[in-house]
Amino acid sequence: SENEPSWETPCSELLVYVSTPGCDGFPSLGSKENYKLSVSKGSMLLSAETIWGALRGLETFSQLVGRDENGTYYINVTEIVDFPRFPHRGLLLDTSRHYLPLRAILETLDVMAYNKFNVFHWHIVDDPSFPYESSTFPELSKKGAFNAMTHVYTASDVRTVIEHARLHGIRVIAEFDTPGHSLSWGPGAPGLLTPCYMGQTPSGAYGPINPIVNSTYKFVTSLFQEVSSVFPDFFLHLGGDEVDFTCWKSNPEIRDFMVKMGFGEDYKKLESFYIQRLLDIVSSLGKGYIVWQEVFDNNVKLRPDTIIHVWKDNHMEYLKEMANVTRTGYHALLSAPWYLNRISYGQDWIEAYKVEPLDFEGVSEQKALVMGGEACMWGEYVDVTNLTPRLWPRGGAVAERLWSNETVRDVEDAYTRLAEFRCTLLRRGIQAQPLYVGYCDHEFGGV
Amino acid sequence: RYCEYMFGRSWGRTWGRGPLAAREEPELFQLQVVIEAGDPGCERHPQLGSNEAYHLTVTEPVAVLKAPEVWGALRGLETFSQLVHEDDYGSFLINVSEINDFPRFAHRGVLLDTSRHYLPLKSILTNLDAMAFNKFNVLHWHIVDDQSFPYQSIYFPELSDKGAYSSNLVYTPTDVRLVIEYARLRGIRVIPEFDTPGHTQSWGKGQKNLLTPCYNGGQPTGSFGPVNPVWNTTYDFMTKFFKEISSVFPDEFIHLGGDEVDFSCWKSNPEVREFMKRQGFGVDYAKLESYYVQNIVDIVSSYNKGQMVWQEVFDHKAQLKPDTVVQVWMANNYAHELSSVTGAGLTAVLSSPWYLDYISYGQDWKKYYSVEPLKFPGSEKQKKLVIGGEACLWGEFVDATNLTPRLWPRASAVGERLWSSSNVTNLEDAYRRLRHQRCRML
Repeated sequence: SENEPSWETPCSELLVYVSTPGCDGFPSLGSKENYKLSVSKGSMLLSAETIWGALRGLETFSQLVGRDENGTYYINVTEIVDFPRFPHRGLLLDTSRHYLPLRAILETLDVMAYNKFNVFHWHIVDDPSFPYESSTFPELSKKGAFNAMTHVYTASDVRTVIEHARLHGIRVIAEFDTPGHSLSWGPGAPGLLTPCYMGQTPSGAYGPINPIVNSTYKFVTSLFQEVSSVFPDFFLHLGGDEVDFTCWKSNPEIRDFMVKMGFGEDYKKLESFYIQRLLDIVSSLGKGYIVWQEVFDNNVKLRPDTIIHVWKDNHMEYLKEMANVTRTGYHALLSAPWYLNRISYGQDWIEAYKVEPLDFEGVSEQKALVMGGEACMWGEYVDVTNLTPRLWPRGGAVAERLWSNETVRDVEDAYTRLAEFRCTLLRRGIQAQPLYVGYCDHEFGGV
Repeated sequence: RYCEYMFGRSWGRTWGRGPLAAREEPELFQLQVVIEAGDPGCERHPQLGSNEAYHLTVTEPVAVLKAPEVWGALRGLETFSQLVHEDDYGSFLINVSEINDFPRFAHRGVLLDTSRHYLPLKSILTNLDAMAFNKFNVLHWHIVDDQSFPYQSIYFPELSDKGAYSSNLVYTPTDVRLVIEYARLRGIRVIPEFDTPGHTQSWGKGQKNLLTPCYNGGQPTGSFGPVNPVWNTTYDFMTKFFKEISSVFPDEFIHLGGDEVDFSCWKSNPEVREFMKRQGFGVDYAKLESYYVQNIVDIVSSYNKGQMVWQEVFDHKAQLKPDTVVQVWMANNYAHELSSVTGAGLTAVLSSPWYLDYISYGQDWKKYYSVEPLKFPGSEKQKKLVIGGEACLWGEFVDATNLTPRLWPRASAVGERLWSSSNVTNLEDAYRRLRHQRCRML
């Protein structure tokens, strides 16, 4: 009857119904994340096809619960039918430029789940350090980590990350970036990197992985055999970005090889030679791969289900690149406008929010090849002392752009919701920084 | 507290070693601290004129830290603690050293803004520690502004009752005393800024009839502008308010603000326009601003406090006391402004190149480090009038969640520029030392 107070019967239970079993499995690119949430007087029901959808719905449900001035928790009558716009909504963390302790990674996974991110792109090794403890090649981290005792990820650590991610519906895609960005591999794998030359003599410096010796491919096969079994996701990220040809050019054996192969002076062909062999190795291990855009730009022969990761952002060129990649028939991931490590004064989340990943010339079948995108937090200036405030709530702008409908773009409305979400993060114990002036009911106490 | 800084939690453990234990290496047993002045000043507050020089001699078995005043001893103790390092086996070492040190500039400050975002006490105190590690000696507390009024006033409790973000986001008299004492123990002055007549929206919540009512077409719009300079009640209020401030904050100086006054509301108000006519100010509202500022200057002077002001107060030609400190903050051609201010015989504090809230990608500490404050056209006498500078961390995008990583170690670059000699400019060397300082602060 109309005069009854609307909250007379306290609701104490959220019923969760998942139609397809699969709680023990891993989320994948194809996982369905749809869910339905019905909140009415006397009943609350969350239903989803898969457990992954249920997780998304549970997060939404938790955000709908409010608390009034008397301390009573309440929720409005609601009907929600929700599903993501893009299936690949990722966040990149870089644990080579600075080591990130396990707790920082696990906390980031928690907040990713609050934002419905579903891919953790773990850029685990690079030039400065090799923190990944390999069982096949223990020398890699022993000689290549910042500190082999304290700044490494043991097999157990890696398992912990993967399982913690899984429980939050997050895929872990490891990136072992080659042939460039690999200086830290050198100390633990003598003979792997190209010795650079000054004239006729080695200078003592090293460059990218040496593409002309068989030992390289033997090594790479063994390492990726291990990586393929350690990381359960179907995809591996193989890197392939920013290969500096200077060292290769300086090496006489490599110059001879170039002549022998008829590559002329085009070192992109040598890069392709390496990458193609790497891709074959990884395919034979039963994995799919993601590569940075240079691999596509340099005309490497790729498998049709390769995912190209678009990251270069000189004057909005990335939309052209997205068009080229998808027109050629490859899948694409967008990161270029979402380099969250590139901080600047003011509300830069707005620029990230306004990005429209499909704003390029192309037919709808082409646009369907865009799998989603990733916010990147490169580590040159980031470690555990500033990771969380730098990442959140700015990352939320990217998360919404990747999940929500294309039409959800009003900046003022987004500001209101993101500012409130930031207060929610504080309440959940996350050190998220402010968007602008103001305050939250639960302030952060300070370090 | 320095024992813990130097030796960590382990200092209790190593202390147990007796002096008779056979040791091969020379051992340092003691740091003697000698304060040379008859009255060392331990009970007083640091001032602009305090002597921060010190002489440190490290030899075995006893090191000696000598300073004319306790403030120099604090600086020397910080230096001594930075000289102590740990070897791979857990032994603490220090090199034989002889250091004669003193600051280049006497005013080395950090500005914190607790109005755009409330900063919990813990944040402020942690920041005071970090300042001491970097030999900063002034906390410029920009305590209230448009957005919120967290300062709990004894005479006017409504100001924070109505003007703070919320009732628990305030600084009680106890909180304020704690900050001042915590700072004092580290040789840091606390200069409060109560910025008027602009930047005062939050004052109007708890103090009716203070701000200027804005008009449109002869009718009040309901919104308010800067403090109303034509009412007597304004000056009655300010007289009482600054009496409290003068007694709560022991430093010789109070910062009066005076920046970014928007004249449009004044222009719209018929009483104000009438006043302009009567005073013969024409349509030059800068004159009205100066009229206001001069009244506040007189009020504050009567409480025996010196004044600091933002540069606009000087630019708009208000008549200031000769010992007024002008804070130069506008980025555009600040060298020229330093010439003007010091050319007029006033002391200057530089902030323009050191707005640390202006974050950008990469190693921006280098550009802060490369500033040369005295690089402006002027005589030797003029250059002496530049007493230092302040790194400013405005709070629009800063609160306790990101204050410490945003301010440090970038502010350290400013700290060295203000303490060290003008020829200490090598960036590579600075990088090496700053990296160590950062790890030390961790």
